[in-house]
Amino acid sequence: MSTLLDPTSELQPAQREATPRPESLSDKRVALLDISKPRGDVFLDHLEARLGELGIGARRYIKPTFTRVAPVDLKHQIVSECDAVIEALAD
Amino acid sequence: MPNEPLTAIPKDFTGLIVVVKRDCATCRLIAPALGALKRGAALQVHCQDDPSFPESVDGVIDERALEFSYRHDIEIVPTLIQVHDGEERARLVGWQRDDWRGLTGMPTLGAGLPVFSPGCGSKSVEPGMPEQLAFKFGDSPLQARRVDVAAQQDEHELMFERGWSDGLPLVPPTEERVLKMLSGTNRSPAEVIGIIPPDNVPGTVEKIAINAVMAGCKPEYFPVVLAAVEAACLDEFCMHGVLATTYFSAPIVIVNGPIVDEIGMNWGHNVLGQGNRANSTIGRALQLVIRNIGGGRPGGVDRATLGQPGKVGFCFAERERDSYWESMSVERGFRPDQSAVTLFAGGGVHPIGDQKSRDPKSLTRSLAMTLRTVYHGKVYGRTDALLVISPENMRVFRDAGWSKARFRQALDEAMTVDGNIVVAGADGIAEGMPANLAEKRLSKFRPGGLLIAHAGGGAGMWSAVITGWAGSGSKGSVPVTVAIKS
Repeated sequence: MSTLLDPTSELQPAQREATPRPESLSDKRVALLDISKPRGDVFLDHLEARLGELGIGARRYIKPTFTRVAPVDLKHQIVSECDAVIEALAD
Repeated sequence: MPNEPLTAIPKDFTGLIVVVKRDCATCRLIAPALGALKRGAALQVHCQDDPSFPESVDGVIDERALEFSYRHDIEIVPTLIQVHDGEERARLVGWQRDDWRGLTGMPTLGAGLPVFSPGCGSKSVEPGMPEQLAFKFGDSPLQARRVDVAAQQDEHELMFERGWSDGLPLVPPTEERVLKMLSGTNRSPAEVIGIIPPDNVPGTVEKIAINAVMAGCKPEYFPVVLAAVEAACLDEFCMHGVLATTYFSAPIVIVNGPIVDEIGMNWGHNVLGQGNRANSTIGRALQLVIRNIGGGRPGGVDRATLGQPGKVGFCFAERERDSYWESMSVERGFRPDQSAVTLFAGGGVHPIGDQKSRDPKSLTRSLAMTLRTVYHGKVYGRTDALLVISPENMRVFRDAGWSKARFRQALDEAMTVDGNIVVAGADGIAEGMPANLAEKRLSKFRPGGLLIAHAGGGAGMWSAVITGWAGSGSKGSVPVTVAIKS
């Protein structure tokens, strides 16, 4: 581990804050991201059905492998096609 | 067996301490004398590179970590220190036989050795070592927040992700590198150089050093960076406006004086271009200070519509050595032996090509023709400019004996026009000066609004105009010059 010195005014927090969560998913395009971990698909199948009952459209995406970060193309695709992501992170 | 390292003089110690290294001819020379000392007095011998040296002394202290040397400011080996109850009373460096005999109270010490032999540099002051030791032994004066980089993280990517970069790779600002940068100035890390716009945050020497490291500066450039930051924070320069405007402007740094050659700045071929570390990184450091300390970022407070490549950093030195005219800083009130930076709120570089003018009147009118187009050909007195005269163009004025003042006067005449040809609507162009100026004679630049510098390679009949900010003058930005301090 190395340590760097912060070049900024330090008016911003050291840790980045999470992107604000949408208050509602109505009228949002939702991505369901399977990271290729076992049973992630089962979880996302259930979510997709529940979202459908609420009238919320969802698109399915899948990472080639859970061991690597998502390919840039996949991230770009999700960003351009959806407003929010639900990720099946762990089995 | 060597003894364990000692970090400092023990409180109850009374006697002599010698610091040596095997890789020092004088230390090897006096090894017999050190053996004699052992018999005569309480003695500590610290060896910086090999605890088995000198063989003439039992129980040499292993000083390879250099903490003792660091804490007691050992600069030369051998160093002999006389200590009483843990307090240093006297110190000798190198070998001076009579002085050693006096301090040790041994009148026959070193019989057979030369009267004098100079010492060698201590390992604790080898290049880069003081900063490493300061970092290692916890005397860091640095206050900045530490950002840990996890083992699986790429520190370069982290810096991009945190928004520290202008889009190009940065040198990671480790504590060691920042301490080294701070060695380039005598100023305290806590000293505030200026209030950095746009967030109006105190710009400490330490924070500026961190950004100078990231920009790629060497420590010897740091005084220039500090002067540039000081100048940018002057109220009359109006850095906030220079940044926030939709115009092209950026702080352009022009360096004058002895420091130019001392730190190897470029004033010759491709002077306004890439390729010289000092030119490229000093200008970049200033921009990173504005970005990271001041919080000024494109699309944020920086509202430039188009911007220009010099916003990464734009810094160059004036070619003083064979200039026929006084330099920019001298013209602005500084002595030729003073190093200074001038900041100009500039847009892009506009070339002027004139291959035929060989007399000063023709060349002046030729230069004026391009200068009249700065900002807009029909807008007068609004925007400053910086004229960079190349050596081949300056030769024309030198051969004719024209001083800078005479050139300025002739240039001003050639840039003064009848108002009726530049008023709004004239020539079928809506842009232009107010109609009430139609009967006036109008000068292109406000008094003091045209800077002139001599720079560039020896061949080429080119000069350049660097256009100023649309908001030039006392209500906007005026060029500022400050001395470079060590």
